[in-house]
Amino acid sequence: MANSASPEDNIVSISNLSFSRGPRKIFDAVSLEIQRGKITAIMGPSGTGKTTLLKLIGGQLTPDRGQIQVDGQNVHRLKTRELYELRKRMGMLFQSGALLTDMNVYDNVAFPLREHTHLPESMIRSLVLMKLHAVGLRGARNLMPNELSGGMARRVALARAIALDPLMIMYDEPFTGQDPISMGALVHLIKSLNTTLGLTSIIVSHDVQETAAIADYIYVLSEGKIIGQGTPQQLQESDSEWVQQFMHGDADGPVHFHYPARDYLDDLLASK
Amino acid sequence: MLQFLQNLGKTTRSSFAKLGRASFFLSHTLTGISDVLPRPNLLIKQVYSVGVLSFLIITISGLFVGMVLGLQGFNILSDFGAEESLGVMVAASLVRELGPVVSALLFAGRAGSALTAEIGLMKATEQLSGMEMMAVDPIKRIISPRFLAGFLSMPLLAALFSAIGIMGGHLVGVGMLGVDDGAFWAQMQASIDFQEDIINGVIKSVVFGFVVSWIALFEGYDAIPTSEGVSRATTRTVVNSAFSVLALDFILTALMFGDI
Repeated sequence: MANSASPEDNIVSISNLSFSRGPRKIFDAVSLEIQRGKITAIMGPSGTGKTTLLKLIGGQLTPDRGQIQVDGQNVHRLKTRELYELRKRMGMLFQSGALLTDMNVYDNVAFPLREHTHLPESMIRSLVLMKLHAVGLRGARNLMPNELSGGMARRVALARAIALDPLMIMYDEPFTGQDPISMGALVHLIKSLNTTLGLTSIIVSHDVQETAAIADYIYVLSEGKIIGQGTPQQLQESDSEWVQQFMHGDADGPVHFHYPARDYLDDLLASK
Repeated sequence: MLQFLQNLGKTTRSSFAKLGRASFFLSHTLTGISDVLPRPNLLIKQVYSVGVLSFLIITISGLFVGMVLGLQGFNILSDFGAEESLGVMVAASLVRELGPVVSALLFAGRAGSALTAEIGLMKATEQLSGMEMMAVDPIKRIISPRFLAGFLSMPLLAALFSAIGIMGGHLVGVGMLGVDDGAFWAQMQASIDFQEDIINGVIKSVVFGFVVSWIALFEGYDAIPTSEGVSRATTRTVVNSAFSVLALDFILTALMFGDI
């Protein structure tokens, strides 16, 4: 296996994870490792539970079986207070940005600092401006969230996620619905923040090109299982038909274009 | 028949599950209040949006309810030649019943529905979830200050309602229908008992404030995070609050005034 680093190098290690929602199995004995300092992508078609995986790592959901270790701690064995301590070291970027709509950009970024530290307001100001500068939105500090474009909202959310200098950041579909310029800006930001701040990044996405451009390692999920993994290069050359279809975006392949239905001709000729 | 029993069982189970969630939510909210007290700013902001912004509707409704009471009371009392007791009638009905009950119903419609929609939308836009991931407990940070604000505002709004209502009754009774001014106030002072009437009215409004805030916040927090889910939750807040207020009013009245 290409990803056979020693356990201390893994910031997240998931073993044998199973999770179902109602009768539907979302994960079936999934095991994966996320290496410290790297950008790891988890890819797969919509509805394969990628966001659920991030919520499991963050301890917002509890798995049916298996365990998740983050920075050496078993997330689902922690007491509430310990879990909250751990979460201060994890940043998460929601698809919607999840900015608090009753506060402006500045207060949103200052929010985690004000909640968790007793820093004087002057120091909070410096920190907030530094974080906003890092995402290029120092000038937008007085805007309200509803005045921001989707890409800007995500960048503000990113500034907020790095406000407490976390160990790792989880990105939930960071590229979805972005125009090419915002998309380029986000790709660049994720990559540069990862190196300059010494973070570990987990990206959940189905945007193959952008993700493959910055990821160090990719897991491809489908129907609750990992069906492919490796560096972007290895996946491009994968001999699995499924991975090939996904990486190249072919309309038909092992995943059929048509939703399962009875025979087309029979269906048309049937009276109802 | 079997289908009916099955559905009955399902409904019972889900309503008990909801009651359980609501109780857990309440205890979590109440423990969160200790974190609100050292941060009065959070509370002041909510008292403003829950309480102060309800001022207008409470004042205007109180005035009209009082005026109607004055008119109707005068018509009935004058048949017995007892117009001078108009003050007592207006004040007693307002302080004992109409003040707490009507202001609680208005409060549920004005502030309760707003709270439910706000919390439900925060849930739908992942703001609550985002807060959890920032290691901030949304119940303590968002729910507890709003609960405390509702709980504190309700008795004050009810008192305002009664006071304005009495003025409305005075306006109609004394100003327009010619009841004697001195008799209006003197009879009221002689008959309205502080313990029996005023304190009991305040107790009612405290209970209503507690229940309406609880229902409104829980419905928002428990809403299905879609636009339809939030709209249903808002409706449930108003309906359930109205039911609870009216039913509790009967129980409290029976305990306070009835010899049942």
